Amino acid sequence: MKMKLSLSQKAGLLSLGLFAAILLVWQLATLPEARVVAADVDPEYAALMGGGSASSASSFPTPAAMAQTVWDKLSDPFYDNGPNDKGIGIQLAYSIARVLAGFFLAAAVAIPLGFAIGNSRVFYQALNPYVQLLKPISPLAWMPLALYTIKDASASAIFVIFICSLWPMLINTAHGVANVRRDWLDVSRTLEVNPLRLAFRVILPAAAPTILTGMRISMGIAWLVIVAAEMLVGGTGIGYFVWNEWNNLSITNVLFAIFMIGVVGMALDSLFGVLSKRVAYQE
Amino acid sequence: MTALHPFLQVENLARAYPSPTGGEDVTVFDHVNFRIHKGEFVCVTGHSGCGKSTILNILAGLDVATTGNVFMDGREVAGPSLDRGVIFQSHALMPWLTVLENVSFAVKSRWASWNKEKVRDHAMRYIELVGLKGAEHKKPSQLSGGMKQRVGIARAFSIEPKMLLMDEPFGALDALTRGVIQDELLKICAETQQTVFMITHDVDEAILLSDKIMLMSNGPHARIAEIVNNTLPRPRERSAIHKQPHYYPIRNHLVDFLVSRSKQFGALRGAPDAPSSPTVFDPAELIETTASAEPEAVPLPPAGKPHIHLVNA
Repeated sequence: MKMKLSLSQKAGLLSLGLFAAILLVWQLATLPEARVVAADVDPEYAALMGGGSASSASSFPTPAAMAQTVWDKLSDPFYDNGPNDKGIGIQLAYSIARVLAGFFLAAAVAIPLGFAIGNSRVFYQALNPYVQLLKPISPLAWMPLALYTIKDASASAIFVIFICSLWPMLINTAHGVANVRRDWLDVSRTLEVNPLRLAFRVILPAAAPTILTGMRISMGIAWLVIVAAEMLVGGTGIGYFVWNEWNNLSITNVLFAIFMIGVVGMALDSLFGVLSKRVAYQE
Repeated sequence: MTALHPFLQVENLARAYPSPTGGEDVTVFDHVNFRIHKGEFVCVTGHSGCGKSTILNILAGLDVATTGNVFMDGREVAGPSLDRGVIFQSHALMPWLTVLENVSFAVKSRWASWNKEKVRDHAMRYIELVGLKGAEHKKPSQLSGGMKQRVGIARAFSIEPKMLLMDEPFGALDALTRGVIQDELLKICAETQQTVFMITHDVDEAILLSDKIMLMSNGPHARIAEIVNNTLPRPRERSAIHKQPHYYPIRNHLVDFLVSRSKQFGALRGAPDAPSSPTVFDPAELIETTASAEPEAVPLPPAGKPHIHLVNA
């Protein structure tokens, strides 16, 4: 008898199969190698090279060891044993706090400014060269300047997030506001709607889907950039954690951190996915 | 202001656009003069490009004339106003608001001091008037084209404007829906004594609804070539209107204009003796004098006739 599977069931099965395949390859790749010690090699040298023991444990963990680490770390995420040993929850919280601070500062600047640019052709043309010039600059290039002027590592990281979140929100807001359907503006004009009410009741809801897309892109970029920024400024955060564990040669912890960066990034993105749905409208 | 003074007066209106090729400005229409009295329903028809919509937008205050003036109720029209409600062909509803919210938005714009319940009740009254009770919490995307246009009508009437401007409001609707909404509009206008300026391409729509039909010649340099007094008695019934003695003279006159005469006016443009004031067609006079004048005034191209028969069948 043939079983009829729905699309999502098929996709789910395929996903599980892929996961199993990845685990298998991972397991095979991390199998302890049985090394044959060549007879003419000095045993002391062999021992130095790590060949002395019966099997050499690679720094790369097996899936089982990885699972154990994930379990241990997640079961106690908020411990704090000084600067070099904090729970993953604390590190992620630092990173998320910096991202949110920089992101909302950027939104507070980009959305009103985008409104102004989108509403006025003069503003648009005047500011366009600046936006075009500043937009392609890697946010990390600002870091030395930020450290020099702000003189605070954590605030500099927030500034870098601010800079990288600014452009997508600014450009999308301006674009959304400039492309509000003429009909809706004409209706509002014939109803003598005052400018403030026009901005909040007509232009903002009309442009909201475009603005939110910009915010979603900004958030994605901010989460990418925070890891690099924290590697530079150090101290706390998931980026610092990755770099610190690399210095400890703990590949297991690095892998775990990579996994958690992905999980948090996904969660932030789906949050904006939900918000996008709420402001979406169908014409 | 005396009662004899027209409610709306349009004087010497003209609109020119910069030429796309960089030459002389293109004058779409000029020497446009007309008057609309309070409570009158005026239809404008003419071929595309004669500037009908531009005239409507100037009356609405959404566009500005190159020369000429518009006076309403003794005051010059300068910019949009709540005194003139506009019904757009594209209905122009805000898709993120429900039917009730769309109408309430207009009501709240008109009477900013009203509280929520008063705004709601007022909006609901007009939603009921256009037969949309029960659909007030739907979004425009959940409504059919005809229902959307009804919301547009409810919104325009809800602000109780002194004058209503309609730009081919039913152009995008199917014939059946159009008929139903025309009947509703006829009823509402009779109840409210609304002054209306409406653009239409539909000769039958113009005859059913209007008191006066203005015919525009072809652009550029379009102008109002003729004004037809619609002498059909009210109340009018769609099913019986064609039995009125004036129905076919008016209808033939309109169709003849659109098919042939609108072009001839174009040929006169620039000529020193070009008519600057429109001729008035009154079917009552025509019928009283003689019917033999008709074939002379009506050089119908052969292609036009079967079409008309089809429409009447």
